[in-house]
Parts: sequence; structure tokens; C-alpha cells
Amino acid sequence: MNAPLQHPVITPAVENAPVAFTQDRIGWTPWLAPLAEDQLTDRHWAGLVEASRAKSPYFMLLVRDPDVLEARTKTDKDIFYNVEDGLPRAERELAATAASRENGCIFCASVHSRFASHFSKRGEDVQRLLDEGVTVDLGERWNAIIAASVALTQTPPAFDSAHVDRLKAAGLSTEEISDVIHGAAFFNWANRLMLSIGEPLPAG
Amino acid sequence: MTDIIDTLAGTATGSPLESLRLRRPVTRDNAEKTYRALFQPVNTDDVSLAERFAVALFVAVLHADTASAEHYGALLTGQPDGERLRAAVLAAAEAGATKGPYGAYPDGPLSVENKPGLHYAVASAQRDAIGARLAAALDHAHLLVFRPREASPEALAALAAAGWSTTGIVTLSQLVAFLSFQIRVVAGLKVLSAA
Repeated sequence: MNAPLQHPVITPAVENAPVAFTQDRIGWTPWLAPLAEDQLTDRHWAGLVEASRAKSPYFMLLVRDPDVLEARTKTDKDIFYNVEDGLPRAERELAATAASRENGCIFCASVHSRFASHFSKRGEDVQRLLDEGVTVDLGERWNAIIAASVALTQTPPAFDSAHVDRLKAAGLSTEEISDVIHGAAFFNWANRLMLSIGEPLPAG
Repeated sequence: MTDIIDTLAGTATGSPLESLRLRRPVTRDNAEKTYRALFQPVNTDDVSLAERFAVALFVAVLHADTASAEHYGALLTGQPDGERLRAAVLAAAEAGATKGPYGAYPDGPLSVENKPGLHYAVASAQRDAIGARLAAALDHAHLLVFRPREASPEALAALAAAGWSTTGIVTLSQLVAFLSFQIRVVAGLKVLSAA
């Protein structure tokens, strides 16, 4: 007789789980066991990049592969927070929100729509993107950024020269278009993690 | 120095695309570090090299990305039994070809946006050829690539039942998710540099 298989998967009983896109501060709970702080080696701490991330079950689960997490986190921060030049923060967050809306990541969309609203001061427009979907009309510059992000989010990717032409016509430089590409592409990474190793919790 | 994204995008030395990438050195360096952490790992206890290259080949073909498929296919061929694995993974990927993202939302106001699509599982002939553990990884990779909104604890339990450890599932998830980024950066930059 074999011993019963050790079953590591957590199935949380979530009441009132979020079922619509929202800018509320919703939560997230993992389906696999995060590491505990007393299990962390120096390598794990380096993988977290910021010690405060030890409070996050998402990062404490991902830190099981610390080398990948460290590089992922530094990629993320540079794509979104490096504002020496290039696309305004608001529009990088718009690209992240559009990709998350298209893939269906309610949690990712909540965080990044809040950031998009904060930096753009266009919270009602951002909410329309969440409510009405990616074909909403928010003015040509935002429409072009959303359309490009959504095209790149298709599998296989459907981003083509017409998207570049439209972004240029809307006033984006080559460098800014590169920032749109990186912002949308990064959320094709982030959405797939956030959606597949845990689930959203209602705003507490 | 040329990195994996330059290699896959065909970035020429001294080209505008090279300059565009060098403008964001931290992004460039850490995308490369992620690639190395996944495909030149220090530790293969939870996910073998052959498994990494096989899943990468599968994901590249699902994205119809020829350059990535050639790259990861060549890496897989260099592994023990790699040539046979490569043929089986290619057959599995061809059977899984479709367009995404699709899938159902949790019941509620978004249900009107539900999009039906293929729920893929490796066919039994290929399952026998590659083994239940790698087949479970390909099934999961297909879910993550095309219908990530339908991910579930049950999908992770299927991996666990096929022998995947918790840490192995984290690495496998990162690998599929990272390639979803890498492939799109390459695709986007190639379009941008040709425009």
C-alpha cells in the first residue's frame, strides 16, 4: 500500500469573492503554502528585494524560487517606476490595466487601475475601462495605448505596424511606444502568476 | 553584449533597436537574469533542465514564435533523449494550437464576457511518450497561456498528483509566465523597429 499522497494545494473558502473589475483595495490568498519568515535564508531575503515583502503571501510563495523572483521584481520596478524619461507613469499603468482587463485578472486590474487613476487624475475614465471593457472610447491617445496593449496580449500576439502608426499619430515617441510594449508584456507575466497560484479576496 | 532578447529579435550591433534596449539597462539586465535563472538554474531538484526546455518549446509553439521555438527546441535536443522529446512536444503543441485569451469568469456580471475555447490535454500517444509528469506540465502550460482566468486549485492539484512539488509548481508557473513576457517583448520590438 502506498501512503496517501501528500496534497499541498490549499482550497480557500472565500465568501463574497470579487466577481467584477474594481478599483477597490481587494486582497489575495494563495493556493500553495508560502514560506514562513523563519524559513528564509539570505538568498530568500535577497529574492524578496524589499524586506517588507515578507508580509505578502504572494511574494512569500514566489520566493520559493528566489533567483527568478529577484530578477522579476527588478524588471517590474524598472518598467513601471523608472521615469527618467519615456511614457508618463499613468500611461504605463493604463497599459498594465488594459492587459489585465483583457486576460481577466481582477486582482491585477484593481491595483493598476488605482495607480492609473492616481497618476492621471482620470478615475472615471479608468473605471469605464474596467466596466465597459477594452473597446471603450477614452480619447484617441488612451484608445491607442489600450488597443496596442490588448493586441500584444493576444496569443499569438496580434500587435502590428498599424498599432505603431496609431501610437505615433497619437503623439508617442519610439521610446514611449517601447514603454507601452514593456508595460503590456510585463502584465502578461504578472497576470499569469496572480491568476494561477491564488485568488482574490473581497475588500476588507 | 548580446542577450537572449537581442538574439531572438535579431538585434544588430549598432542598430536603433540596440540603442532602444540599452536605454533601459535595468530592465534589459533583469530580463536576462530571469532567463538565466530559469534556463541555466543553480538548482534542478524540483524541475529538470529537460522539463524546462520542453515546456518552453511548447509555449513558444503555442505563441507561433518560430525563433523562440527553434531556440528552446535546440536546447531540448541537447538533453538526454532530447530528440525524441522534441518531436513529441512539437506534436503536442500542434494539437494545442488556438487563439487566446479565452475562458469563463467567476459567476456574476462578467459571465456575459465568457468565451468558450479548447480545454487541452496532451493526447494519450504523446502522454505515453513524454510521461505523466511532463504531460501534466504541458496541460497546465496550455491553461496558463490561453485561459489564465480559468486557473484553479484543481489545476494545481493535477500537477501535484503528477509529482510536482510546491517549489516546482512555482518555478513552472514563472517559466510559462516569463515566456509570455519575453515572447511579447520580442514580438513588439520587432514590429516597432521595422516600422
